[in-house]
Amino acid sequence: MFVLVISFFVYLLLSWSGSMSIQEVTIAFLLAVAVSFVASGSSRPGFWSMRGLDPRKWWLFFRYVFGPFAAGLTQANWDVAKRVITGEINPGIVKFNPRLKTDAGRMMLANSITLTPGTLTVDIDDDGVFYVHSINLTSLTPTEQDVCGTFAQWARRLAG
Amino acid sequence: MSLSLSQYLFAGASFVMAVLIVILLGRLIVGPTIPDRLIALDTVNTLVSGIMLLLGAVYDAVVMVDVAIVYMALSFVSTLYFARHLEGGV
Amino acid sequence: MLALFVGLLLLVSLFFNCLGVLSLYRFPDVYTRLHGATKCSTFGTIFAIFALLLYSFARFMAEGESRFLVLFIHVVIGGIVLLISNPTGAHALARAAYRAGILPEPAVVDALEEANKRKREAAA
Repeated sequence: MFVLVISFFVYLLLSWSGSMSIQEVTIAFLLAVAVSFVASGSSRPGFWSMRGLDPRKWWLFFRYVFGPFAAGLTQANWDVAKRVITGEINPGIVKFNPRLKTDAGRMMLANSITLTPGTLTVDIDDDGVFYVHSINLTSLTPTEQDVCGTFAQWARRLAG
Repeated sequence: MSLSLSQYLFAGASFVMAVLIVILLGRLIVGPTIPDRLIALDTVNTLVSGIMLLLGAVYDAVVMVDVAIVYMALSFVSTLYFARHLEGGV
Repeated sequence: MLALFVGLLLLVSLFFNCLGVLSLYRFPDVYTRLHGATKCSTFGTIFAIFALLLYSFARFMAEGESRFLVLFIHVVIGGIVLLISNPTGAHALARAAYRAGILPEPAVVDALEEANKRKREAAA
């Protein structure tokens, strides 16, 4: 259902140019059904699952993107900019376990980590342990707080 | 066709991005390992889609923005394919 | 007035894009280069997108033609695609580079290598 709704609206947004006709909506709906059938063929949640369509989750997600995520992105780029110019680095790969169950949550946290201060996700093993390349290590066995701040808490709240 | 001042700015910015792509070709050719080259290629893809978005505003053509979206998606798929190939999967 | 703000946003965008390119030449190994290239080019392109959004919104408000609103919507979708695809591609590259046997050259600690070694010993 998630894929269906998203692809329906993306098609309508991309094809909208001043006015909207009923044929357009029909084609959008048919294409969205086709796409969501193909997409849900191999995934676990299945076609009728309503997960991911909770408006409260979406509201929380928007608050996350425009709050801590935007702040982290800006800080990360300022940090990398300084390191590019001065050239002082202290790199290494560390691991930590954010205890995330779902793939969506893992993907969100991995992308957030990649775009935020001094860290880059290298690998995730089957138990959900993250291996993170850090450009400036502060300790050899860092806590969750050191690696990604409050992002892991946000990912747990958003996608378990 | 008369352009507004902001459109001239967009055109100038896309020119600078094109110069950056030419600079990146150095890493693409020299790069000691294959992942180095792939990173340069990935950055080139990002810059090309940025140029397409900016030129869409310069020429007043929304079609170029659509092409940029498709370009981003395709470059993402090609990056994934190269990465999979490097791992030895394909 | 519009051109001033658009120019400022474009300047920030070009600054970060330049740093992204520079980082490919200044950093010593694959992983640190990936840091600079991904972060700076994504952030730079996002600022170019902000400039486009400001421009199209201001033109729409001033002239009321729907094609500027169409431009606005399409650029928003382009930005979302960029924000999802770029870090995912970087993650795929890092993982592929690690599995292809390229170790982080100056590295203080390498937890992944230790984990892999433990796994090999357990299998042997």
